[in-house]
Amino acid sequence: MQGVVGGGAGAVSGGGGSSTSGASISTVSNEDNLVLSSEDSSSCLDESELELGLGLSLGVGMGACKAQQGLRGGQYARILTAKDFPYVGSSASVSSSSSSSSSSSSSSLSRANVTAGTKRSADSAAAANGASQVVGWPPIRAYRMNSLVNQAKLPATEVFNSLIVKSRKSNPAVGKGTSNACVNAKEKGQLRSSLFVKVNMDGIPIGRKVDLSSHRCYETLAQKLEDMFATSSTIMNSIRGEEHDMMVEATRPSKLLDGSSGFVLTYEDKEGDWMLVGDVPWGMFINSVRRLRIMRASEANGLAPRSEESNGGQRMKPI
Amino acid sequence: MDPERKKVVEHVAVSTFPDEVLERVLVQLKSHKDRSSVSLVCHSWYDAERFSRTHVFIANCYSVTPEIVSRRFPNIRSVSLKGKPRFSDFNLVPPNWGANIRSWLVMFAAKYPFLEELRLKRMTVTDESLEFLALSFPNFKALSLLSCDGFSTDGLAAIATHCKNLAELDIQENDLNDKSGSWLSCFPENFSSLEVLNFANLSNDVNFEALERLVSRCKSLKVLKVNRNITLEQLPRLLIRAPLLTELGTGSFLQEHPACQYSELENAFNKCMNLNTLSGLSEVTALSLPALYPACANLTFMNLSCAALQSGELAKLLVHCPCLRRLWVLDTVEDKGLEAVGSNCPLLEELRVFPTDPFDEDTFHGVTESGFIAVSYGCRRLSYVLYFCRQMTNAAVATIVQNCPDFTHFRLCIMNPWQPDYQTNEPMDEAFCAVVKSCTKLQRLAVSGLLTDLTFEYIGKYAKNLETLSVAFAGSSDWGMQCVLGGCPKLRKLEIRDCPFGNAALLSGLDKYESMRSLWMSDCKVTMNGCRVLAKEMPRLNVEVIKVDGSNESQADKVYVYRSVAGPRTDAPPFVLTL
Repeated sequence: MQGVVGGGAGAVSGGGGSSTSGASISTVSNEDNLVLSSEDSSSCLDESELELGLGLSLGVGMGACKAQQGLRGGQYARILTAKDFPYVGSSASVSSSSSSSSSSSSSSLSRANVTAGTKRSADSAAAANGASQVVGWPPIRAYRMNSLVNQAKLPATEVFNSLIVKSRKSNPAVGKGTSNACVNAKEKGQLRSSLFVKVNMDGIPIGRKVDLSSHRCYETLAQKLEDMFATSSTIMNSIRGEEHDMMVEATRPSKLLDGSSGFVLTYEDKEGDWMLVGDVPWGMFINSVRRLRIMRASEANGLAPRSEESNGGQRMKPI
Repeated sequence: MDPERKKVVEHVAVSTFPDEVLERVLVQLKSHKDRSSVSLVCHSWYDAERFSRTHVFIANCYSVTPEIVSRRFPNIRSVSLKGKPRFSDFNLVPPNWGANIRSWLVMFAAKYPFLEELRLKRMTVTDESLEFLALSFPNFKALSLLSCDGFSTDGLAAIATHCKNLAELDIQENDLNDKSGSWLSCFPENFSSLEVLNFANLSNDVNFEALERLVSRCKSLKVLKVNRNITLEQLPRLLIRAPLLTELGTGSFLQEHPACQYSELENAFNKCMNLNTLSGLSEVTALSLPALYPACANLTFMNLSCAALQSGELAKLLVHCPCLRRLWVLDTVEDKGLEAVGSNCPLLEELRVFPTDPFDEDTFHGVTESGFIAVSYGCRRLSYVLYFCRQMTNAAVATIVQNCPDFTHFRLCIMNPWQPDYQTNEPMDEAFCAVVKSCTKLQRLAVSGLLTDLTFEYIGKYAKNLETLSVAFAGSSDWGMQCVLGGCPKLRKLEIRDCPFGNAALLSGLDKYESMRSLWMSDCKVTMNGCRVLAKEMPRLNVEVIKVDGSNESQADKVYVYRSVAGPRTDAPPFVLTL
């Protein structure tokens, strides 16, 4: 048979980092492209949870994951094999194409440095993300990839030296205010209007992203997060108790911040430490936050303790 | 042809109908398809047409030689040339593959000294070639380079320095060596003929004062697209000097300084009465965006694909753009933003939604099928869509094409390969069945998701007007490709990657390929032997195989087949094997 895939196919890593703490990242081993090991992950699942339907790293898992949502009642992750996808006869050819493509892309990557071209950066962006190594997929032209890389990927820390928040009188910020930042040193390519950071919630495999620059205080941020995750799991409903009220006013204290929900909001700072959100001035927070995590209160023991407050609510006022 | 009409033509041929008159008439014909038809009528019409043609469009630079072109068309003033296969945009073609403009330029210099316009797509152009161009054609007016490579900003400097009558300089999306922005300062101080200037994709700073003076001098400037280094504070200074602007590409739209300069911006946009196209807007915020509103009344095309807008911001903006026909956005607008599109843009004909984070699979973001459905309910005239998403259902697509049966271009990219319908877990076959059945005018189709041969059966059976088909990670067997090649009477370009189609599929199209422009198959199951058979049976096709390092010897990694009157390539690099 022609075009047979050998065992030495290029390894394709599973989609990014897993969101739940401790869950192992599934990787496609060289030997076995179709079957993923998920022994460790099942122990981290809650019963009321979405099934972690891990499939082929190249995204088939997404479809399987959602489909498995229907199978409730204590079932946990099932290893998906080729039998689940009778149509995927060509999956074998992917690995061979990946290996041949990655060898061609690696050689072209090195050549790219010499020619100072920008075309290859699309694949290096993919490689840097640890994403699948399929060359030229999704089909987005290199110049567009470059402009995305400029826009989206800068960590929050490098942007703001001193944060001054302005708002126009004729454009009153409604609800979600937009902050406009002035920096002292104007650095080309580093001035950004949006500050997207990843947010993961314990027990939910799919994370979200939130634009920190559209908030000016912890309260609105927490409410935004509550809204985001309320639509995707039953856990958030337990936070809200009887009130399944999507219209959250700005003045209501957030359950995420006052610790009354069983979850706490934490963030990873630029040193890699996990801190409780709400302890430092907003500007300082923006300056050091790398990503957010809504952590189970039971796991939040080792975190930097917050100072005692009589009302238990957030103590930072909008700047 | 019915007997009546035939008589009329014969009558005309018998009477003396001076060629000069015929040529005068034919000069009015612009469409190259019409001209091709005209040239086939009879010998005298063929001659009349070829003498009267001033613009030639060569869709594949290797399908014909410069000599043949210059022999047939002696009076050309404007040339459009396309080179590499389209998948080279996605790094599927190794560098130094070919499509070098050099040999064409040499011919042009000899045969078309009065050449005015050159539009190149996916060609390799060196700085030497650009300098040669600048020095060889005194009447040269328009240069457009799209998705080309091989040159640097030094070449642009040569153009700016020497082309005294330049009216158009359009440098888009090229893989160039961007050394500096000094090329802009090479336009002489008395140079004033520019009407179109697009340097939006260049990354180095140009001298702003030089740009300002240039814009001032060029009183006929209609199109100005600057790069993101031009700030929001600098923009008004350009706008007030270009009152005739119909197409504007801004630089950065980030407002760095307090509100006092906002009024300058507002005033400048208030005066932009003639804008029909707007692009750029990188780093735009909710604060700076409203300055645009006064200029949006007549906008028909808005390209927001560099502006990470949120749904609310887009909604507010669209209220001011009632005439919008074409809209490009990033998927930061999400489904809610697309709902706003559906609500505010009844005249919309084209929508493109680009992904912000194509490689991040474990974070929810972007658009889903709901956004697309929302647009389809509000924008019934939609005929062109390019949609990047992570999830789709068959039912959604069926609804969409029911709402919008006029699609001519349907390009759906479900970004995870082999992704089934996420609700039913079935293949996406029925989605594309709905597309080809409902959209009888469909010319271009790109498929994605988990697809079996059934999809291609449907395409072959129903897509009677299909000209371009792009396939990736799809199909189950040779039968799929055979269906397409056996149906689809108007198929011109077929590009396939990573599909289980092999020699049987390849060879089933023997009779078809000469009526097509080209076929591309990469990482499929075609072998060298299969390609050799094809090459042997069809001598007027160029059958080229690109060999990739470290691959199996008998495998034909990347196959490119195209019709040509030029014979096999004489400039093929070692990794391109002509069979």
